[in-house]
Amino acid sequence: MSSETQKILTTDGIPLEESLKKAEKKNKIKAFLLVAPLLLFILITYVFPIGDMLFRSVDDRMVTNMLPKTFKAMEKWDGKEMPPEEVFEAFYLDYKILVKEKRHGKLSTQMNYEKNGFKSILKKLARKQKKFKEGNYKEQIMAVHKRWANVEYWRAIKRRAPEYTYSKYLKGIDMYKNEDGKIVQVPEDRRVHKILWLRTLEVALFVTIFCFLMGYPIAHLLATLPMKYSNLLMICVLLPFWTSLLVRTASWMILLQQQGVINDFFVLTGLVSDDNRPEMMYNKTGTYVAMTQILLPFMVLPLYSVMKTISPSLMRAGKSLGGTPFIAFWKVYFPLTIPGIGAGCLLVFILAIGYYITPALVGGASGTLISNQIAFHMKSTLDWSFASAMGLMLLTGVLVVYWIYNKLVGIDNIKLG
Amino acid sequence: MSKKQQFVKFDKVDKSYDGKVLVVKDLNLDIAEGEFITMLGPSGSGKTTCLMMLAGFETPTNGEIYLDTNPISNIPPHKRGIGMVFQNYALFPHMTVYENLAFPLKVRKFSKEDTDKKVDKALSMVSLSGFENRMPGQLSGGQQQRVAVARALVFDPQVVLMDEPLGALDKNLRESMQYEIKHIHESIGVTVVYVTHDQDEALTMSNRIAVFNDGKVQQLSSPDKLYEEPVNSFVAEFIGENNTFSGEVVDISKGECKVKLDSGTEILSNPIRVKSKGERTIVSLRPERAIINPEKKMDNKHNGKIEEVIYHGDHTRVRLNMLGNSEFILKVPNSSARMDIKVGNELAVGWNSLDARALDPK
Repeated sequence: MSSETQKILTTDGIPLEESLKKAEKKNKIKAFLLVAPLLLFILITYVFPIGDMLFRSVDDRMVTNMLPKTFKAMEKWDGKEMPPEEVFEAFYLDYKILVKEKRHGKLSTQMNYEKNGFKSILKKLARKQKKFKEGNYKEQIMAVHKRWANVEYWRAIKRRAPEYTYSKYLKGIDMYKNEDGKIVQVPEDRRVHKILWLRTLEVALFVTIFCFLMGYPIAHLLATLPMKYSNLLMICVLLPFWTSLLVRTASWMILLQQQGVINDFFVLTGLVSDDNRPEMMYNKTGTYVAMTQILLPFMVLPLYSVMKTISPSLMRAGKSLGGTPFIAFWKVYFPLTIPGIGAGCLLVFILAIGYYITPALVGGASGTLISNQIAFHMKSTLDWSFASAMGLMLLTGVLVVYWIYNKLVGIDNIKLG
Repeated sequence: MSKKQQFVKFDKVDKSYDGKVLVVKDLNLDIAEGEFITMLGPSGSGKTTCLMMLAGFETPTNGEIYLDTNPISNIPPHKRGIGMVFQNYALFPHMTVYENLAFPLKVRKFSKEDTDKKVDKALSMVSLSGFENRMPGQLSGGQQQRVAVARALVFDPQVVLMDEPLGALDKNLRESMQYEIKHIHESIGVTVVYVTHDQDEALTMSNRIAVFNDGKVQQLSSPDKLYEEPVNSFVAEFIGENNTFSGEVVDISKGECKVKLDSGTEILSNPIRVKSKGERTIVSLRPERAIINPEKKMDNKHNGKIEEVIYHGDHTRVRLNMLGNSEFILKVPNSSARMDIKVGNELAVGWNSLDARALDPK
C-alpha cells in the first residue's frame, strides 16, 4: 500500500510529480521572462555600479602598472635608507616610457594624493630626464630637485606598490598608514572627514526628529479629518513632492537669506534690528530648515497609511474603559502607529544621511555633509577611488542602521503604505 | 435596595450635527436600573447617536441626560463609568486578551491580585478561561465578541452600552450569542442599553424596546406588546410581517370601526389611531391572525385568489390577491392536514376585527 501511495500516477500512467512539473514548466518560464527585463535592469543599474564602486575604492593597479620595473626593484629595498641605484634606474626607465606615452600626468596626480609636492618634482623630472646620460641615475635624479633626495618621497612611491589598498578607507576616517606601516590619525588640523561624518549623522538624526515631531500631528489630522478637508491637506503635503527639488531649495534661499523675506519680516515687526539680522542660511540652521521641509512627506505618508487603518473606535474604547484621553492615546493609539513611525524615521534618516543638493546650496561651510565631500572628490579632485570609498562607507552606515532597526523593531513590522 | 425607575433619563434631548437637521428630536426616555432596553430602528434613525450621547462621545444639542439623577453632559467619557461594546469589537490588537481586560482595571489603579481575580471572573463568565495570553487576532469572531463583552463588564460599570455588537457574526453564532448576553444580563443584573436594527434580536433579548424612526421614539414597550399592539403603522411595518389595507373610516363606535377600502369593500377593524369618520387609515393585520376557512364567530370573512405559494419548511407562505391588496400574505402551518393550496384557487379567509388595527395613514 505504502509504495502505491508514494508514487501516484496520473490516469495516463505518468508519475504525478513529473506530470505536474511539465504542466508548471511553461508557467515558470513565462513568469521568469516577465521579470527578466527588470532583473536585467537591476543588474545593470544597481549591482554593476555598486560592484564597480567597491572595486574602484580598493583598486590601486593604475600606479602599479605604470611603474612595473620600479616596484620590482623596490622589493629588495627595506625603505629605511635611500633606495639603491637599481631603483633609480628602474624608475627612470618606467618614467621615460610614461613621458613618451604622455601618461606621466596621471602618475603625478596619483602620487600627489599620496604625498603633496609630487606634482612639481615629477613635472620637472619629465623635462630634465630627456638630457639624462646613461649610468648613475641616482645622482642625476637627485639633482633634479632636492625632494628627490628625500627618502620620504621614495617611501611614498613604495606604498603605492600593492595592487589593492584600503588606504582610501583610512583616509575617509582621517587615518593613514605612516612610514612604519602603523595606522595613525592625521594631524589634528587636517581631520576634516571625521567632523563631516559626525555632522552628517547629527543632521540626519535631528532632521528625522523634526520630521517626526511635525509629521505625526499632520498625519493624524489627515487620517481623522473628513474627506473634503483631508484631501486638501493631502495636496498641501504632497505639493512639495511635485515641485522640483531645486526650486524648493531656491525658494528657501529667498526666504532665509539675510535680506530675505523672513528677516525682512523680523525687522518689520521689530523683533530684530536692521543691522543685526540673524544668519539663517549658509549654516546648519539653513540645512535643518530646508531638509526638514523637503523630507517631511516621507514621514507623513507612511504614518498616514498606518493611522488610516486604526479604527477610531479603539480610542473611544480606551476612553469608555476609563482611560483619560492621554492614556488612551499613549497606551492604545501610539503603540499601533509604531510600524509607521519606524518606516517614516528609517526612510527620512536614510534619505537625509546621503542628502546632497540642499546642503550644497543652503549649507554653506558649516552645513555641508559627507555627500558634498564625495561630490567634491568626484568633480574637483577627480579622486574617484576615494569618493567610492566614502560612498561605500555611507552605504555600510545605512545598512547598519537598517540592521539595528531590524533587531529592535523588526523589519516586517514596517509599513510604507 | 429597590431598583431605581429613572436610573438613566433622557430629558428633552435634541441632537443636530449640522444645525439644519435634527437627528434626535425631543427624546424623553427613562431606563430603569437593571433593565435590558433595546433601541431598535432602521439606519439613520438616531439610535446610535443616542447611545453615543450616553457614552459621552457626542454632546446633546439641547436637553440633558441624567445618570442616577446626576446630569452627565459635562462629564467626559472616561469619567462616566459606562462600559461599552463596539460594533467592530474595538479590541486593542496589540494587547493580549488579559491586557485588554486589565486595561480598565489598570487605569483605575487596581492591585495586581484584584486585577487577576476580576479578569479571571470576567473570562469565565464568557467561558473563555485559558485564553488570557492570546492576541485578539488569533481569536474567532465570536470569541472576540465575548472578550469585548467581558472587557465592558470587568470593571463593574453601572451601565453597559452595546452598539450592534452581533452585526458581524453569522446567523447561528449570532443566535447563540444573543442567549449568552441575555443570560449574563440576568445573572449580574447590570443595566444594558442595546442598539440594533435586527428586530429578532431585539424581541429575543430585551425587557423593553424603544423603536426609533426619524429621530423619535415611535413606541416604547415590552416585546410582546410591541408585536401584538403596534401603536402606529411604522411600528407595525417594522416589527414582524404585516398585511395592510388602506381606506377611509366610514363608521366608528366604541371599540370598533368600519373602514371602506379603496377597492370598495367594507371591513371591520379595531380603531387605534382613528377618532372620527372620514379619516384616512391603514389597517394592519398580522399574517398568522388570518385563518383559512374561518369559523363562524370571526367577524371578517373574505375571499382571495392564490397568486404564489412558497414552501418554507415548517410553514408555507401563501400570497393572495384580496380586497385590492395583491401582497396579502398568509402563513399556513405545515401540519398533516394539507389543504388544496394551488396557484389560481380561491380561498376563504377570516379574522377578528380586534386583530385588524386601524392605524395612522403615514
